[in-house]
Amino acid sequence: MKDNKKVTITTETTWKEITPGGIIYEAGNAHNYKTGEWRSMKPIWNSEKCKQCLLCFPVCPDSSILVEDGKIVGIDYDHCKGCGVCVEVCPFKVFDFVKED
Amino acid sequence: MAIRERLSGNEAVATAMKQINPDVVAAFPITPSTEVPQYFSQFVANGSVDTEFVAVESEHSAMSACVGASAAGARVMTATSANGLALMWEILYIAASSRLPIVMPVINRALSGPINIHNDHSDSMGARDSGWIQLYSEDNQEAYDNIIQAIRIAEHKDVRLPVMVCMDGFIVSHSVENIELLETEKVKEFVGEYDPGLDTLLNPEQPVAMGPLDLPPHYFEHKRQQAEAMKNAKKVILEIAKEFEALTGRKYGLFEEYKMEDAEVAIVVLNSTAGTAKEVVDELREKGVKAGLIKIRVFRPFPVEELRDALKHVKAVAVMDKADSFSAAGGPVFVETRAALYDAETKPVVISYIYGLGGRDVRTNDIMKVYNDLLEIVETGEVKSVYNYLGVRE
Amino acid sequence: MALNLREAVKRPERFTGGHRLCAGCGASVTVRAVLRALKPEDKAVIGAATGCLEVSSFLYPYTAWKDSFIHNAFENAGATISGVEAAYRVLKKKGKIDDTYKFIAFGGDGGTYDIGLQSLSGAMERGHDMVYVCYDNGAYMNTGIQRSSATPKYANTTTSPAGKVVPGKQQFRKDLTEVMAAHHIPYVAQTAPFGNFSDIHQKAEKAIYTEGPAFLNVFTPCPRGWRYDTPKLMEIVKLAIDTCYWPLYEVENGKWRLTYKPKKKLPIEDFLRPQGRFKHLFKPENQHLIEELQKEVDRRWEMLLEKCGE
Repeated sequence: MKDNKKVTITTETTWKEITPGGIIYEAGNAHNYKTGEWRSMKPIWNSEKCKQCLLCFPVCPDSSILVEDGKIVGIDYDHCKGCGVCVEVCPFKVFDFVKED
Repeated sequence: MAIRERLSGNEAVATAMKQINPDVVAAFPITPSTEVPQYFSQFVANGSVDTEFVAVESEHSAMSACVGASAAGARVMTATSANGLALMWEILYIAASSRLPIVMPVINRALSGPINIHNDHSDSMGARDSGWIQLYSEDNQEAYDNIIQAIRIAEHKDVRLPVMVCMDGFIVSHSVENIELLETEKVKEFVGEYDPGLDTLLNPEQPVAMGPLDLPPHYFEHKRQQAEAMKNAKKVILEIAKEFEALTGRKYGLFEEYKMEDAEVAIVVLNSTAGTAKEVVDELREKGVKAGLIKIRVFRPFPVEELRDALKHVKAVAVMDKADSFSAAGGPVFVETRAALYDAETKPVVISYIYGLGGRDVRTNDIMKVYNDLLEIVETGEVKSVYNYLGVRE
Repeated sequence: MALNLREAVKRPERFTGGHRLCAGCGASVTVRAVLRALKPEDKAVIGAATGCLEVSSFLYPYTAWKDSFIHNAFENAGATISGVEAAYRVLKKKGKIDDTYKFIAFGGDGGTYDIGLQSLSGAMERGHDMVYVCYDNGAYMNTGIQRSSATPKYANTTTSPAGKVVPGKQQFRKDLTEVMAAHHIPYVAQTAPFGNFSDIHQKAEKAIYTEGPAFLNVFTPCPRGWRYDTPKLMEIVKLAIDTCYWPLYEVENGKWRLTYKPKKKLPIEDFLRPQGRFKHLFKPENQHLIEELQKEVDRRWEMLLEKCGE
């Protein structure tokens, strides 16, 4: 790999160091930005009730249904905004939807 | 051995493009630049270039496709005039701020309205602050030479900015004149293989994202960096001109000084009018009048210090603008030239002439009138009028 | 080829969390569904028109896109991606690129039906090997819910407000999918994130892997703009489809095919009622407006059935 131009941009970054034209060299780095704190409601996934129908997976706008080996294993609360679409779509009422503390 | 030819300005530009053999040309026809994509698509049809020619449905899409192609890592060119350039306006800024080295011949034509197909500079002058480098060309030879140099300027690592190469519509674009062409091999060697580095959508090393929403924490830094690139361009333009001179014997600078060493009165002008004005200078010189001329080649970046030094010893200067800025205070070249002289220890009188709008002919006797006005100022010390219109019916 | 969810969950995620779209935004559901159709081994360049999706997914210095991405302006996603695709063709021919790339442009209805229509039409007509995906949420949501030519008649938007005299938008929506079908490109489809996502998946896959230009029009709810209860995203989609407000169909090499037919066609009221933007229609004096909408839905549905040979 040649120089992959990994640069950390902060509000201290000067015009000399900033990436030209606003290019970003780290695809998908929005993952480092946490949107979980937007939540006012929180979905709770109950593993014992889950039938692994996977219908909640594609409806999540925040790619926050965590999957391992093809199975739902939980919720990525770093990014889940608490929209409740997963809660509503689940045919087995697996999710509780509670107020965020 | 250089090739002697007889070509119109548009043919000269298209020939340069053929020799450069860019990866992508996306263009839309508009008078008087139409012939450029016409000739070029014929080169494509005949297999004399490898270029993907994208016959877009508008100039807005021409520049948009150029941005996409250049962002993808291709060497990209287009051509336009007048309203076509105006339709590109939004994307001109994006091309520059995205630091994409697109090269575009602009065949200067009056901008509507009213609609008019003939030459003036209201199109490229309108885009003067878009962040593009602007080179102006007196004739077909200069247009050809500028296009070839523009590729190197645009792609230089310290610059990475798009370049417009301007020439006068019809007067140059459609007049057949002698020209000296480089052998294609020499052009290819001069412009070299394009290496866009990693800053491209198709770079094999890693995906990248271009064209962000850029809010107050970072936008200003990006613009400042862009401004630095324009500053760097001045030096790069001169370096490349030197290399080009070594190759061709043809010398280029930021502007051309014609009989300026001891000039007491001078005209500053762009493009083909310089040819007409040089004749007048010669005529005046024969009579012993110390007349000179400056033909600006590089308007962006604007050669502030260099122009100041070239003009500071002159007594009276007329800046001729083939475009009005409607500031009610002279044309754009005038304003910037006059500002450049502000820091000079000795300052000439500087007056403005807006002329030739919509293709109104400017003849030697018109230019002679300007020199006579300057000579009168020198003689009487009195400036009757700073802001003037030349050749309009009063 | 159908992709079931068992396989879908194993595909790499190409659009990450951490973007700033609203909670419950349909746009990212649409994007994820479309990108899931890319073969994992293929690379892609994604473009987007200015709009909610673009400003929320690529706010310097963060990008939610795992593939190369370009935003140019509002009205030129079609032209921009066509330029990228042209560059790819020539660079591949010259041996400067080895990988296989696919080209996908996303635009909202503002960037697609309205300001970007010319650029889209041009790109499709020229035959670039690309997919243009419209995430149609029926108004200019990014600037604050202004009407577009995709906005349904009588919807209350900030530039077609429902007032004492005028009951919301005065025009029926443009049928862009039909406009694109009239380009006679290899593949045009109308779809939605619906049920087990097989409809949108199959159409996205066909669009991406059909050589030449393809267009997808994807019904994409906006909870803020439509003023429905955010968790009800999928329910709203289902109602749009089952009322035949948003039929699912495709036009493949000129052949029209209905891909879903509701077992029971529901009255348009069912689609309108949960949405605050149609609230004024449920005043008793406005009953005739709902009837008018029903007539138009029926008329368009019948025409579509005929085209699809149903």
